[in-house]
Amino acid sequence: MTEQQQSDLLHDEVQAGTTTGLASPSVDVTSSRQNSLWSDAWAQLRRSVMFWTGAVLGLIFVLMAVFPSLFARGIDPRDCDLSNSKGTPTGAHWLGYDQQGCDYLANVVYGARNSLLIGFLGVLGVLILGVIVGAIAGFYGRGIDSVLSRLTDIFYALPLVLGIVLLRTGVLGERGPRTVAIALALFSWMTAMRLVRSQVIAVKSSDYVAAARAMGASDIRILVRHILPNAVAPVLVFATITTGVLIAAEATLTFLGVGLQAPAISWGLQIANGQTLLRTAPHLVLFPSIALTLTVMAFILVGDALRDALDPRQRS
Amino acid sequence: MGRYIARRLLLTIPVLLGASFLIFAMVYALPGDPIRALGGDRPLSPAVVAQLRDQFNLNDPLWLQYVKYLGNALHLDLGTDFRGRPVLATIEQRLPVTVKLAAVAIFFEVVIGIVAGVLAGIRKNGYFDNLVLVATTLIVSIPILVLAFVAQYTLGLKLGWFPTSGTKEGLYSYALPGLVLASGSLAYVARLTRTSIAENMRADYVRTAKAKGLPPRTVIVRHTLRNSLIPVVTFIGADAGTLLGGAIVTETVFNLPGLGRAVFEAIRGQEGSVVVGIVTLFVFFFIFFNLVVDVLYAVLDPRIRYD
Repeated sequence: MTEQQQSDLLHDEVQAGTTTGLASPSVDVTSSRQNSLWSDAWAQLRRSVMFWTGAVLGLIFVLMAVFPSLFARGIDPRDCDLSNSKGTPTGAHWLGYDQQGCDYLANVVYGARNSLLIGFLGVLGVLILGVIVGAIAGFYGRGIDSVLSRLTDIFYALPLVLGIVLLRTGVLGERGPRTVAIALALFSWMTAMRLVRSQVIAVKSSDYVAAARAMGASDIRILVRHILPNAVAPVLVFATITTGVLIAAEATLTFLGVGLQAPAISWGLQIANGQTLLRTAPHLVLFPSIALTLTVMAFILVGDALRDALDPRQRS
Repeated sequence: MGRYIARRLLLTIPVLLGASFLIFAMVYALPGDPIRALGGDRPLSPAVVAQLRDQFNLNDPLWLQYVKYLGNALHLDLGTDFRGRPVLATIEQRLPVTVKLAAVAIFFEVVIGIVAGVLAGIRKNGYFDNLVLVATTLIVSIPILVLAFVAQYTLGLKLGWFPTSGTKEGLYSYALPGLVLASGSLAYVARLTRTSIAENMRADYVRTAKAKGLPPRTVIVRHTLRNSLIPVVTFIGADAGTLLGGAIVTETVFNLPGLGRAVFEAIRGQEGSVVVGIVTLFVFFFIFFNLVVDVLYAVLDPRIRYD
């Protein structure tokens, strides 16, 4: 349909006082190439303030994690002078000093690496567990599904407290970013499992899956090539938001004294140490809190924007 | 309906057993010897150690310890901590604090969340709608740990509006921690209500109500809201189960002697029986409230039938 034809239709409709939907179709049925979900989503994302705010924030913190010395203005976070203890922000030391007299800007900047590392590693674990268990449960159904679904229920019911117990047992190895990420993943994979499972169930009896099977495709090939791609969009949204949630959870575990341990540099540790000085030096809690919040916000903003963009029903 | 509930109740048994066994196994794997730690600097005599190990069934294999624990639990005997205080007594003492905190949190969720959601939903894309959208995004992004300190410092210490520690001022002591604990769910309730209201505002029955000439207030409260609240009520129900299960951070920051802090202290002190008892209670709350929600769903929405 040419633009001329379309505007003619629109004119006719206005004249007649009715709408047929043909004048402003959501997809141009006569166009040789229809837009895919992803190009439509990108077109909408490009115009989203939320997305750009989140993406820019996220990029800043990723750069901060990769090149901390750039953001710390070349100051070593472990170069401390006790005489500066709890010093407030100055022109040369923008965020002041912590209790040990270390430059606080450098410490907050160097904290980004552990947070993001744990966030990404944790989500990776969540996706591996969630996708595998969800795909198996949804694809094979029956007894296997019942058992795996009950297993998921068990983990759903267990609170994050158990992550604390697990970290304290030392079963996962020496406490560090990797073990904290594993503990977090073990207590957050359930939603990914249910997402994947429901998507698999929704499409596994469709004709194209039957066609693939008729052509002799193996179970794994059907799952990976034909079924799982359907779950990419919801899982991507979930993974983005979960990265933010896990970063917050890491700070919480560390704050409670069971996550990362000194001498690791972590926002959770900084908040925990600053907590006792809240009355005298509130900036010690304030700055890592801001960094933590902005990081979490970056992922939640991008995730929210992605969800709006990938959900065709929300498009107007 | 009765058959559905019976089936669901049966399904909760393996979940409850599996969860409690997992907890039990994890606590069992905690490093260090709790009995030796009990003695502190002065080592206990071998006879006392042997007697204590026997008393707490520490010499049995894991599965036997678990079976013995379950057997006692059936008689409401959850064991004692290492100082001889029954776990049940600890739970009885701490539970009211946790329940009050959760109740206050749910109160805020209902009042603030639903009102904000309704005001946003009736004029979609209006000024207030955008305000609610921005505010909820902000609130969801602030980790509860950070929010707790911000609230404690500004509303408590600086402005002096709320008590910031302990439970001395009765229910008012729970106001600030309740608000902090509710924050995330509150934002979710507001969004859920908003979406639901905005969807229903376009429904045929709302147009009919308007066409009959009913005042806008009646249309919103009696017709739109009642139908829009179904997903909200179910969310709040499920959230109650979560809120009761360990508000460790909130209870720690605001110094409330609830179950969350009790379990955290027990983990630190390796009080296995206390951890298992309390966390199993959390799991029970969670499962119970989810069951209630599923049943409630069918009661509220006659289109849903489970049989």
